[in-house]
Amino acid sequence: MSSSTPPSHDPVHSEAFLALLMRRQLKLSVACAAAFLVVLLGLPLANYFAPELMATRVAGFTLTWLILGVVFFPVVWVISFVFIKRSMGLEADEVRQIEKERQG
Amino acid sequence: MDLLNTSSSLTLPLAMFANVDPWIFAFSAITVVITVWMGFRSAKTSKTAGDFFVAGRSVSVGWNASAISGEYLSAASFMGIAGMVMAVGYDALWYPVCYACGYLFLLLFIAGPLRRFGAYTIPDFAEGRYDSPIFRKIAVVFVMFIGLFYTLPQMKGAGTTLAYIFPGLPYWVGVAVVGAVITLNVALGGMKGITLVQAMQYWMKMFAISVPVFVLMAVFGGYGKNLGANDGRTLAAAMNPVAEISAPAVAGAGTPAEVARHPLPAKAPSDEAWIAPFGPLTTKAAKAAGLSAEESKPLSLVYTYSLIIALVCGTAGLPHILVRFYTNPDGAAAKRTTMWVMILIGVFYVFPPVMGVIGRNLLPELYAATGAKGTDKIVLELPRIINERYGVWGSVLSGIACAGAFAAFMSTFSGLLVSMTSALAHDVYGRMLRPQSTPEQRMKMFKFAAIGIGGLSVLLGSQVEQLQINFMVGQAFAIAAASYFPLLFMSVWWRGMTMKGAATGMLSGGIAALICTTIINLGDLKIVDLAAFWAAHPLLRILCEQPAIWAVPLAIGLMIVVSKLTASQIPGNIRMKMLVLHAPEKLGLKQEYIQEQQSGMGH
Repeated sequence: MSSSTPPSHDPVHSEAFLALLMRRQLKLSVACAAAFLVVLLGLPLANYFAPELMATRVAGFTLTWLILGVVFFPVVWVISFVFIKRSMGLEADEVRQIEKERQG
Repeated sequence: MDLLNTSSSLTLPLAMFANVDPWIFAFSAITVVITVWMGFRSAKTSKTAGDFFVAGRSVSVGWNASAISGEYLSAASFMGIAGMVMAVGYDALWYPVCYACGYLFLLLFIAGPLRRFGAYTIPDFAEGRYDSPIFRKIAVVFVMFIGLFYTLPQMKGAGTTLAYIFPGLPYWVGVAVVGAVITLNVALGGMKGITLVQAMQYWMKMFAISVPVFVLMAVFGGYGKNLGANDGRTLAAAMNPVAEISAPAVAGAGTPAEVARHPLPAKAPSDEAWIAPFGPLTTKAAKAAGLSAEESKPLSLVYTYSLIIALVCGTAGLPHILVRFYTNPDGAAAKRTTMWVMILIGVFYVFPPVMGVIGRNLLPELYAATGAKGTDKIVLELPRIINERYGVWGSVLSGIACAGAFAAFMSTFSGLLVSMTSALAHDVYGRMLRPQSTPEQRMKMFKFAAIGIGGLSVLLGSQVEQLQINFMVGQAFAIAAASYFPLLFMSVWWRGMTMKGAATGMLSGGIAALICTTIINLGDLKIVDLAAFWAAHPLLRILCEQPAIWAVPLAIGLMIVVSKLTASQIPGNIRMKMLVLHAPEKLGLKQEYIQEQQSGMGH
């Protein structure tokens, strides 16, 4: 906290800042979750509606086994990596913004 | 024919080899000794309450990610998944995938804010967020329920493994011995004591599952090759077993289809049902009701989705995992830790299904056995078939696998014990019964509580030999998904939530899931005969066995409705709380809040 300004006037405590903070972070989280859920919830649907296609053998695996048992993990790592990068970026941006307002 | 004889004499009745395999015994003993020794050693350095509860909040990302992974990879991961994949096939794959990927929800919505809030336990968070001591009590109750449900499968893992190492040893003795050792360890070392042990145990488990899998694949053919053998040759194999067995696969042999398969016993699922989605696991209720394949498919889909919801949301609501996030220095570290956890456990979770696949081909005898002798011990038993070709090396591998199993249930049970004990010592005793107690008194209480809960776990654990390890863990996840996940998710992201809304939703969802899982267990353990009722109501059985699909929305819905009705009771300083949850640490809000709380609560 900057000691010169009382907390009530600190831009950190403004309604606008909190709203911005939560909206931007939630938007990012929801976007990443959506990408994950499309894959996760889509696979049972694919198994349900296209069983023949999903039973195609690829190197011994059925397509559905290959996706769930092997390919799924790296996909999730990529989503989490993107999230952390963006999320850290947002935080740095928020800190910059507040420091600018405190000085100004 | 010789091959068949040797393998069945090795695997069938345990009494047939009265002697303990020295290799298996040696590796297991080393694991136990190292774990206990490290616990004792660090007991000397665990002095303050902070050390006991959150390891001094000073654990680095690398250590912490290993420790969380080590704690998370329980008997269900190490033994149960392979056993379940072998028993039911494709449907069981949802377990490892959702165990690993559930962390994404934790990462996206909960890890950072929760760490920033700066509490010791989830009940701390519940009280801090809603200024309500009553809510703390409700939260504590669920720490205990989820913890106990999660402890049971660890105890089953302990009983199964010890019965494997010491043939003829009753199941309950294994439960009692392992339970006593860990309880002592936790009572002495607390959280700081087990952080290092658990970090080490992750790497031990990784080694113990991957090395036998790689060796087995080198000798008996790769993952895809073994899976490729499940192409409907079951019938042919059953009718003419000698023809199948007489063509064993040679390491490195070119043709992919040539995997030696032993004939499947009558109890094993057919190739078609085993490898295809919506197999024996999700169609069980429909099968019991005598529905046709077409009629049972939509029910299977419901089961699958409910299982996914339970596992993904449940991971984000497990108290013993969440408490680990408080050992991170800050919110950013909590996020990075979560990502590393997903990578560490994701790599691990590729291996157990391989064991299940090879086990189906090479050790189908296990299908015929039940309890501690059934498919749940495939990870321990399978490496021994190497003995047929390379002498003692199979026993060495099996010993390594046993060491991993020990690491698995010991580390998870330690973590569960710490979280349940913390709930009793820190929340019930320190905050409710004796708020004026000194830190010394609380630490003493921690030790007493550890011993009490350890005893209770052993008692309950000795009753569940007939239940599948992985299924029991799934139940703990379902309860967590319907209670803690909605609480954390909504508390972090919705300011309009009131204490009454949060409590109503969490209690309703959690208790609903708890009742359902209890009913299912009573039926499965044949304490209450429900078979006829379930046969008449297959959908009801599915919704009871996998309650997440309705219990999670029920909890969230009630939270919204009740909070709207009690909107006047939104905590007064909610904006400040939301800021603490969401603003980057660099802005200095966290320190402000903790100092305020510390002076108020006398920490």
